[in-house]
Amino acid sequence: MDRTQLLLTLSIALFSLGLVGVMIRRNALVMLMCMELMLNGVILSLVTFAERTATVSGAVLVFLVFVVAAAEIAIAIPIVLLLARQRHTLDVGAWSGLKG
Amino acid sequence: MTMDLLTLIVLLPLAGFVLNGLAGNRLGKGFVSVVGCGLPIVAFMATVRALLELQATGGSALLETVYTWAMVGDFRFEVAFYFDRLSALMTLIVTGVGSLIHVYSTGYMKDDASYARYFAYLNLFLFFMLLLVLGRSLLVCFVGWEGVGLASYLLIGFWFEDPAKAAAGKKAFITNRVGDAGFLLGMFLIYHALGTLDFDAVNAAFNGPVAPAVSASLVGLLLFVGATGKSAQIPLHVWLPDAMAGPTPVSALIHAATMVTAGVYLVARLNGLYLHAPEASQVIAIVGLATAFFAATIAVVQTDIKKVLAYSTVSQLGFMFLALGVGAYGVAVFHVYTHAFFKACLFLGAGSVIHAMSGEQDVRRMGGLARKIPVTFVTFAVATAAIAGIPPLAGFFSKDEILWFAFASERGGSPLLWIVASFTALMTAFYMFRLLMLTFLTPSRMDEKTAHHVHESPVSMTGVLVVLAVLSAIGGFFHVYHFLEPVMPMPAENEALEHLKLPLVIFAVVTGLTGLAAAVYVYGKGLARADRLQQRFAGLHRLLSGKYYVDELYEAVLGRPLHWISERVFLDLGDRALIDGTLHGLTGLAQRAAGRLSRVETGNLQFYVLLAALGVVASLAWMWGHG
Repeated sequence: MDRTQLLLTLSIALFSLGLVGVMIRRNALVMLMCMELMLNGVILSLVTFAERTATVSGAVLVFLVFVVAAAEIAIAIPIVLLLARQRHTLDVGAWSGLKG
Repeated sequence: MTMDLLTLIVLLPLAGFVLNGLAGNRLGKGFVSVVGCGLPIVAFMATVRALLELQATGGSALLETVYTWAMVGDFRFEVAFYFDRLSALMTLIVTGVGSLIHVYSTGYMKDDASYARYFAYLNLFLFFMLLLVLGRSLLVCFVGWEGVGLASYLLIGFWFEDPAKAAAGKKAFITNRVGDAGFLLGMFLIYHALGTLDFDAVNAAFNGPVAPAVSASLVGLLLFVGATGKSAQIPLHVWLPDAMAGPTPVSALIHAATMVTAGVYLVARLNGLYLHAPEASQVIAIVGLATAFFAATIAVVQTDIKKVLAYSTVSQLGFMFLALGVGAYGVAVFHVYTHAFFKACLFLGAGSVIHAMSGEQDVRRMGGLARKIPVTFVTFAVATAAIAGIPPLAGFFSKDEILWFAFASERGGSPLLWIVASFTALMTAFYMFRLLMLTFLTPSRMDEKTAHHVHESPVSMTGVLVVLAVLSAIGGFFHVYHFLEPVMPMPAENEALEHLKLPLVIFAVVTGLTGLAAAVYVYGKGLARADRLQQRFAGLHRLLSGKYYVDELYEAVLGRPLHWISERVFLDLGDRALIDGTLHGLTGLAQRAAGRLSRVETGNLQFYVLLAALGVVASLAWMWGHG
C-alpha cells in the first residue's frame, strides 16, 4: 500500500470514527470532540491531495480551515456551557423538546 | 325654460325622494309633508302647463332630449321625453291622483315612525312612473318599468318587520320579473328588426309601406307578457292581492290607479304595432276577459275589504285589456282614467274605514258605519256606484264603451265576448254593493271596544275623498277617447249592429242595477242569508275563497320542484358533495401526509445525524451507480 492510500485510509477511518461517535454518544462535549475528529479526517485528505498534486494553495487552504474550525468551536463551547447551565446536564436529549 | 318642462316634471319627485330620503328624518314631519306633497303638486301644475303648450302646437308631440346615454356604432341611446296626448293624460293621472294620495297620506301615515322613508319611497315611485309614461323609447320606459317595480316592492314591504308583508313584497317583485323577461325579449326583437326603440318610430315602422322583418304578433305577445306581469293579468295576477300588505294609500296609488295600468299604457302606446298583430290582440282580449271574469268571481267571496278591492282591480284591468284586444285603445285608456278616480277613491275610503276601525279589515266584523263616518260613506258609495256602472257616473261611460266595442268592434269583437263581459259587469256591481252593504249599511257586528273608538278621519283624508268622489262622478263626461283619437284611432264598428247600441246601453244599466238588487237581497239584513247560500254551495265557495288554488298550483308545479332541485342537486350534490368534498379531500390529504412526515422530527440529534449520514451514503451510492 503506498503512502497516499495509507493516508486516505486513515482519513476515512478518522472521519468514520467521528461520525459514529457523534451518532452514539449523548454527551454534548464528546459530540463536539467527535466532530473535530471528522473535520480532521477531512483535512487529512485535503493535505494528502495537496501534497500529491504539489500545489501550495492546498496547504494554505488547510490553515484557513483550521482557523474556521477554531472560530466555530469558540462559539460552540460557550453555547454548550449555557445549555449545561440551564439544565444541569450535558445530555443533548435534555433539549429534544426544541423540535417544536 | 319651456324646453325643459318635461324634464322638470320628471325630476321634481326625484328631488323629493333625495330630500326626504337623506334629510327627512332630521328635519321633521312638517318638512317631509311639504316636500313630499309640494313637489308632486308642482309637477302636476307643470304638466298642465305642458298640456297647454301641447294644445298650442296643434297636436304635434313635445320632444325633449335630456342626455345621450350611450352611443353604439351610429345608434344613439337617448334619454328623451315624448309628450303627446296619451302621455299627457297618463302624466296628468299620475301627478294628479298621485298628489291627492300624497296629501291623504299625511293624515293616514301621521303616526308612523318611518314617515320620511314612506314619503321618500312614494316620491321615488312617482319619479319612475313619470319616466315610464314620458319616456320616448322603450328603453327609458323599461327603466321606469323596473323602477316602479322596485318602488312597489319597497312599499308593499314597507312594514318589513312582519315577515308576511316582506314576503308579499318579494312575491310581487319576483312575479314581475317573469313578465319583464317577455318585455326584454320583445324589446330585443324590435331593436333587431328596426334598429330603433322610439315608440313613435316603432309605430311608424309598422304602419309604413314596407312591413318590418319581424312578426308583429310575436313582438306583441312578448310585450304583452311583460304587461301581464305589471298589470296582474292571468297567469301572473297572483302578486296583486298579496300586495295589499302595503299601506292603504300605496294600494290606492300603485296597485290601483297608476302602476298596474302601465301594461295598458304600453299596449296602447304601441297601438301601431298591435294594429298589425291580430293574433296577439286576440290573445290579449281573451286573457283580459278571463282575468276580468275569474277575478270578479273571487272578489264575490273575499271578506277582507282590501282584498275585495284588489280582485276588483284585477278584474277592471282585465276589462281594459279586453278593450285593447278589440282595438279600442282609446276606450281602454278612458277606463284607466275613470278607474284611477273611483278605485283610488275606494281604496282611500277603505283606508279611512280601516283607520276608523283601528286596523280591522274583515267586513264580517264591520257594519253600520254609515252614520259614524258619513263623509267616508258617501264618497265610498259614489265610487261604488261608479265602478258598478250606474249612470251617469264615470264608470258607466267607460265600461259601457268597452262592452260596446267588445260586441261590435271590427277588430275581433264578438257577442260571446260581450256576454261574458256583461256577466262580469253584473258580478262587479254585486260584489261592490256587497262590500258597501257589509261595511256601512248592515247592522253593526263590531265588538264594543272597536265600536266605541270609531271616528271620522281628519280633513286631509276626507278632503281627498271628496275630490276623488266628485271626479268619479263627473269624470265620465270628458270623453277621453275622442281626445286621444289623433294618437290612437278608434276601430271601425260593425255597421250592421249599430241599431243595437241603445238597447245594449239600457241592458248594461239594468245589469248594474240587477247587481245592486242582488246585493241588497242577499246582504240587506246582515250575513244570515249569505251564510245559507254559502252552505248550499259549499264546494263552489271553497274553490272561490281558495282563489282557484293558483298559488297552490304554482307551489306544486314550480315552487316545490325548484326547491327540490336546489336542495338535492345544487346544495347536496353540487355544493356539499362536489365543491366541499373536493376541498375537504385535499385538506385531509395534506393533513394526513403532514402527520406522517412530522414523526421524523423526534428531537433526537443522533437520529438526525443518522438520517443525514444515510442520505450522504445513498447519494454517493447513486453517483457511483450513474458514473
